Amino acid sequence: MIDFTVNGVRHSVDVEPDTPLLWVVREQLGLTGTKFGCGIAQCGACTIHLNGNPIRSCVTPVSAAAGGAVLTIEGLAGDGELHPVQQAWIDHQVPQCGYCQSGQIMSAVALLDNNPAPDDAAINAAMDGNICRCGMYGRIRKAIKSVAGVGQFDPKSGEVQHG
Amino acid sequence: MGKWTRRGVITAGVVAGGALVVGVAIRPGNRARKLAPMVTEGDETLVSAWVKIDPENRITAIVPHSEMGQGAQTALAQMLAEELDARWEDVTFMEAPAVDEYANYMLGKGYLLGPAEVPEVLVGTLDGALMQVARAMRLQITGGSLSVRATGQYGMRIAGAAAREMLVDAAADAWSLPVAELTVRDGRILHEASGREAPFAEFAAAAGRMDPPYSPRLKERDEYRIVGRSVPRLDIPSKVDGTARFGIDAVVPGMKVATIKAAPVFGARVVSLEDASARSMPGVVDVVRLDDAVAVVADDYWRARKALAEVRIRWTEPDQQSVSQEQIFAQFDEDMARAVADGSGKTDVGRGDVSLGFAEAASMVEATYRVPYLAHACMEPMNATVAFDGTDCEVWIGSQNPLGTRYSVAGALEIDAENVTVHNHVMGGGFGRRATDDAAIQAALIAKAVGAPVKLIWSREEDVRHDHYRPAITSRFKAALDANGVPLAWENQYVDKHEPAEAPHIPYGIANQHIHYTDSPTHVPFGPWRSVDHSQHGFFTESFVDELAAAAGRDPYQFRRALLAEAPRHRKVLETAAEKAGWGESLQEGQGRGISLQESFGSIVAQVVDVTVEDGSVRVDRVVCAVDPGMAVTPDGLAAQMESGIVFGLTAALYGDISIESGAVAQSNFHDYPMVRMSEAPAVEVEILTSDNPMGGAGEPGTPGIGPALTNAIYAATGTRIRQLPVSRYDLGFSVDEAEEVI
Repeated sequence: MIDFTVNGVRHSVDVEPDTPLLWVVREQLGLTGTKFGCGIAQCGACTIHLNGNPIRSCVTPVSAAAGGAVLTIEGLAGDGELHPVQQAWIDHQVPQCGYCQSGQIMSAVALLDNNPAPDDAAINAAMDGNICRCGMYGRIRKAIKSVAGVGQFDPKSGEVQHG
Repeated sequence: MGKWTRRGVITAGVVAGGALVVGVAIRPGNRARKLAPMVTEGDETLVSAWVKIDPENRITAIVPHSEMGQGAQTALAQMLAEELDARWEDVTFMEAPAVDEYANYMLGKGYLLGPAEVPEVLVGTLDGALMQVARAMRLQITGGSLSVRATGQYGMRIAGAAAREMLVDAAADAWSLPVAELTVRDGRILHEASGREAPFAEFAAAAGRMDPPYSPRLKERDEYRIVGRSVPRLDIPSKVDGTARFGIDAVVPGMKVATIKAAPVFGARVVSLEDASARSMPGVVDVVRLDDAVAVVADDYWRARKALAEVRIRWTEPDQQSVSQEQIFAQFDEDMARAVADGSGKTDVGRGDVSLGFAEAASMVEATYRVPYLAHACMEPMNATVAFDGTDCEVWIGSQNPLGTRYSVAGALEIDAENVTVHNHVMGGGFGRRATDDAAIQAALIAKAVGAPVKLIWSREEDVRHDHYRPAITSRFKAALDANGVPLAWENQYVDKHEPAEAPHIPYGIANQHIHYTDSPTHVPFGPWRSVDHSQHGFFTESFVDELAAAAGRDPYQFRRALLAEAPRHRKVLETAAEKAGWGESLQEGQGRGISLQESFGSIVAQVVDVTVEDGSVRVDRVVCAVDPGMAVTPDGLAAQMESGIVFGLTAALYGDISIESGAVAQSNFHDYPMVRMSEAPAVEVEILTSDNPMGGAGEPGTPGIGPALTNAIYAATGTRIRQLPVSRYDLGFSVDEAEEVI
């Protein structure tokens, strides 16, 4: 049995220790917000947090989570209140197909946790592992900056106002 | 939102699918009575086949298209709500079920009539014949950028207007007042003189018993209050908190999980397999042999995947296993030469006489272009969940063609389509890929073999190697210029024609044109890929026009503009993009600016791309896109589709390369089939022009023009003309001076 918490809830799972955390979360725990995209840590759709760090859960064996704390997209909102990053994603109308967005949001939350005001280079570095096949990178960038307080999003112009 | 079952709707859950056709709402006789049991529950009343109004006056638009991120469901709901005079805040949508009554009439008509616009006077008068054709073709497809311009224009608007008239008639009856004295605002019917008013819901039941009007009055564009507004997309909240249910998220009681390996060489079959060690692995339920694939079924995905890797499969060795990409391109050259020699080519456009133009030429320009196969690489790998009890079958899937899936699965299981229920889901990318039913058919056969519900999930490797690809294409051009650099003749020969028919056509005023093609089939499966034939022809024609401008010694923007005297709408879009981009301003060393113009799916798009080429690598700094879609239902949604189509086309132009080695696809995953990522994504600026023209598409028209605008910019920066995509094939690590010498 491998013990860990997911979104604050304790779980014990009985699976082969090499099973990727992605499949444990999706199939054993039924949290399907985290997505399978490539299986080789190339696309970021499976990004979740383990002990506060963003990880690619498709290549992280569940054994690595033993005793740890996992956060998934389902655990991001607190008391019915969306996380500011989730709200920014709505404000900027980021998702199209939406499949990659759980991973994008988890990467963005981790970035902002460590760097409250990331510049473009920091956004590139943190987000380059997350592919969006719908190509919504520009909106993701604006949404991150709006949360960071680097710029204020103006819904009228659709632009982030700087300064 | 609601959920379909065989008997009716269960509120809550994702509903996808649905194609309600124009004829239903406006034809004499109310089809709603037949459809009602399938889409209503409790005391809801189905007013027309496209709209549902509940006792709280909530409006549900039943939209006949599936959602893959293009925002069409929201746009369609807007169009319905506009004509209905609903309050937007009261409007939601559900996807229509995959049943014949929702077969996509407009798409069927589109296939029959080709690209011609349907004259407004015909709408509402077409008899049932076309609808029968659509049903026979089993069409319930979301594609061709048709949702808004066809289903919206000819379906949702008419449904909304018809529902409104029926409700007003019912109110007039109930209040014993003349219809002319009643008005509608925000989902309520008012009698101004007496101050009497009531919500739609009060008259829904009575309206539902009425025959719909044959030809309801539609609003003029200047009356719009909801259409033309950037309303937030209805599906977005569920896509930021993990609650959106994609096909891959389906869970069915007793379900097993399968993964599959198909024959690497297209056309090969299973000869034999060794599966003893796989069968002995933990959690493995079965190893299922299909004609051309082997699947392992287990109690979870990881166990299935590990066991599949242990299965040893022997495949047949068809002739195709020796085919290489070079041979495919060589075959195209041979077939094109043969078509010229024996006159077997097919004419696409024949205007004037190109031989006269060639005879008068002061100079000739010739070029050959090639594009490779492309995979769709939807973020959600192909998957389908099927439960089959020997009689009835249920399918959980995200499909661009749920009705087609219904028939395909029925055919595979040799049962009646009536016994197949398709639960459509939002799609993690479609781009044309999810119009094909392969995974659903496999899942059905596997579920039948194991006698339990099965969720089949493809690996990414399977997804890349067993797509239905944008074809590899060769296109050859020859043009004549007079002494002033004015084009006299344009000849273009290419291989392989699919849709839309007009993709290779040019908007430029060149008197003598001969555009022709020849078939050159390969064993690689074809599928529609975002913008279909436009994805290659946009690159070909807009590259060659650029070459003509260079040969004429003219500015590529002004050269195009001069050829658009007879195409003012195109010219205006081109001018808008050029002006917004600052065309003509001087650039830094190493920078280049390129332009393109392409009409597709009823929308005209011009793009200006700025690049910097440094140390042999290309950076796309900025894309300016001007688009004339006639009218944008949701301006921000249209802009988002342009941004999306541009990045999609940019990935293809920079990196997209599926190549055939030994008859099979050489690539397998995102490490060798790379995508544009955050650090490479350019700033995209979208300028929307409104015209009085019919509404054009949104999902696809952004894609074709980015490739040529990019390669034209690279030419401007380096002097290197990219004639074969992707750009990553080229070594751009030499200086402008050297490049000029090369030319």
